Amino acid sequence: MPQTDIAMRDTDTPIALNPDMEKDNTEKLYTFLIYSENVPGLLSQISAVFTRRQVNIESLNVCASSTPGAHKYTITAYCDEHMAQMLTAQMEKRIEVLQANYYTDDELFINETALFKVSTPIMLSNREVSRQVRLHDARIVEVNTTYAVIEISGLTQSIIDLYDELKKLDCVVQFVRTGRICITKSRTEHLDEYLASRELKRQATKQEMV
Amino acid sequence: MAERITGAEAMMKALEHEGVDVLFGYPGGSIMPTYDALYDYKDKLNHILVRHEQGAVHAAQGYARVSGKVGCAIVTSGPGATNTVTGIADAMIDSTPMVVICGQVGVAMLGTDAFQEVDVVGVTSPISKWSYQIRRAEDVAWAVSRAFYIARSGRPGPVVLDFAKNAQTGMVDYEPATVDFIRSYDPDPDVDLYDIKCAAKMINDSVKPFVLVGQGVELGNAGEELKAFLEKADIPCGTTFLGLSAIPSDHRLNKGILGMHGNLGPNVMTNQCDLLIAVGMRFDDRVTGNLATYAKQAKIIHFDIDPAEFNKNVQVDLKVLGNCKRTLAEVTKYIEPAKHSSWIDGFKPYEEKEYNKVIDKALHPTEGPLLMGEVIRKVSEASENKAILVTDVGQNQLMACRYFKFTQKRSCVTSGGLGTMGFGLPAAIGATFGAPDRTVCLFVGDGGLQMTIEELGTIMEQGAPVKIILLNNNYLGNVRQWQEMFFSHRYSFTPMANPDYELIAKGYRIPAKTVVERADLDNAIQEMLNTPGPYLLQCAIKEEDNVFPMTPPGANIDEMLFEA
Repeated sequence: MPQTDIAMRDTDTPIALNPDMEKDNTEKLYTFLIYSENVPGLLSQISAVFTRRQVNIESLNVCASSTPGAHKYTITAYCDEHMAQMLTAQMEKRIEVLQANYYTDDELFINETALFKVSTPIMLSNREVSRQVRLHDARIVEVNTTYAVIEISGLTQSIIDLYDELKKLDCVVQFVRTGRICITKSRTEHLDEYLASRELKRQATKQEMV
Repeated sequence: MAERITGAEAMMKALEHEGVDVLFGYPGGSIMPTYDALYDYKDKLNHILVRHEQGAVHAAQGYARVSGKVGCAIVTSGPGATNTVTGIADAMIDSTPMVVICGQVGVAMLGTDAFQEVDVVGVTSPISKWSYQIRRAEDVAWAVSRAFYIARSGRPGPVVLDFAKNAQTGMVDYEPATVDFIRSYDPDPDVDLYDIKCAAKMINDSVKPFVLVGQGVELGNAGEELKAFLEKADIPCGTTFLGLSAIPSDHRLNKGILGMHGNLGPNVMTNQCDLLIAVGMRFDDRVTGNLATYAKQAKIIHFDIDPAEFNKNVQVDLKVLGNCKRTLAEVTKYIEPAKHSSWIDGFKPYEEKEYNKVIDKALHPTEGPLLMGEVIRKVSEASENKAILVTDVGQNQLMACRYFKFTQKRSCVTSGGLGTMGFGLPAAIGATFGAPDRTVCLFVGDGGLQMTIEELGTIMEQGAPVKIILLNNNYLGNVRQWQEMFFSHRYSFTPMANPDYELIAKGYRIPAKTVVERADLDNAIQEMLNTPGPYLLQCAIKEEDNVFPMTPPGANIDEMLFEA
């Protein structure tokens, strides 16, 4: 559950007993979405938050976001929910981080891409190779006499499945996978809300100065 | 109309624009253009030449802690910068507002392992609130303003400006900049009235409430708000070391110090209260002891300005985000006046036990060598409990925090989180500049004094009126105590041969005296306080004196030991 949702409460409850107390103690794969200003050095600050708390980063993707000037980091890591919460809080503490939230897979549309370089002679001699490519909804994007390039987009597991199958056929020369990319299923855009509230505060600060 | 000046001079103007009047620093190759500009600003910016860069940062910390203003240090690149690392880490963990300006090689030489080049932003980024490299003269005004804004706002902290040489020598049309808003950083979160009302309800429903006071109260300048809150609801409180002077020591609701070497009452009552209200503190392990048994019977409310502190160490029932100056004032409106007389009386047996077992013996010995406790209490009383206490780290610190008394805010300067030996002497120098009208008393051990002893040179040159009370027991006392208690008396490298400190003080032309006999103590303290300027009072302390009570590391906080 994104952190900002945790803060939302039923206002009829007389005492706000901390909902965080019913946290999930099991380790699972969390996806962290972090938005920051586009300044140098932020990546090492963010990765240091994970390293210092002994959490390994499984995958990482950094790119410009749809918000002008804001960069989006997509990071996956195995931890329990308390740790996920600590990590997001510590990342948000960095001056140039706009927002950090953590999600489970059911809250996200997820995609990942992989490329395989496979041996053309093996592919031609063993029809199982092209059968696996079709079965996994992958496509062949380049063929020459030496090698072929296969591209697949999808969930992590389907990429791993295809890799395992092709590996068995002994045709893989190179393999590369992108980090996970994803967008949230939520109908509210937390970053936009945050930026709007900050803009209101900026105007209020300005007026106070006048 | 902008004037065309060098980046170095722009730095001077920007510092002036931020209200800086004192700088602690040490020149060197890569910062020379800035020092050249400083030569023309000597009457506006009082530069204090320290004797080692570590001294500059600790002095800036001492200055900031007593004045509430941003401390400022200026050093050269490479070793100059790395020598500030301890002070930056110390200021980070103790939330001290400070700006450290380091020289850096020119951008053309960055990354070439140039002479005295070090990746300062890389080194300091994890231990500072913000770390930024100024690469162009055009960025000076903006970067300085942003640095001071970040350092002093929200939860304060250290900021590092890595000032490339070409940015110092480059020309710029200088115009002052004022940063008072950063989109990605909210230093003053809005107070949520719903949280306030929840807190008030929990407090009103509570029979045995207990407040933990941290440095956040000092940093938020919320001493009056705290007092009004405590008095209206009649709630007893304990303080952390850094929160010691947030409430007068003799306030009837102040029940003493929390944690490992704190007082018995507050530690026991932490595990007996029904509501624990933490204000501007971060549940450090030295305060909580064993987390598995810490205040498990109580509901917990946490007031803090830093959202990352919530549920970090202790799971709380209610978080109240915001500057405690505002949140405490708000919650005070909604709480009902109450009396908790029998709950408060419950502290008495523990206070009596501690007094009889430890305090009386520490303060009123009749025979044997001098004890730390009696020296500290006598100095405190001789200053009418109005002095600023600066400590080093170790037994001198624990004892000073236990036995010094406070009547004024911002009066306790100690390295709490990092526990930096060598912090005391330079921090005390800084305190004399931050609070020039007050008496500054430094308690330091023979170990810690030697870690930054070169700053006696700064004291000599400036005539900085630091009253140095050297508690000399010829041991690294705190480590020795742990060796005695937890390592079977094996004193591994804790006994120490000491130099003649009076002779050293004489070399620096600082008046000094040594007290061995109890009968001479009062007069010696009076002489120290009556002597204008600096003074070194060496006290020959019982060699194997221990700080008690004590909660062993990792033990339950209410299970304090009274003897080894």
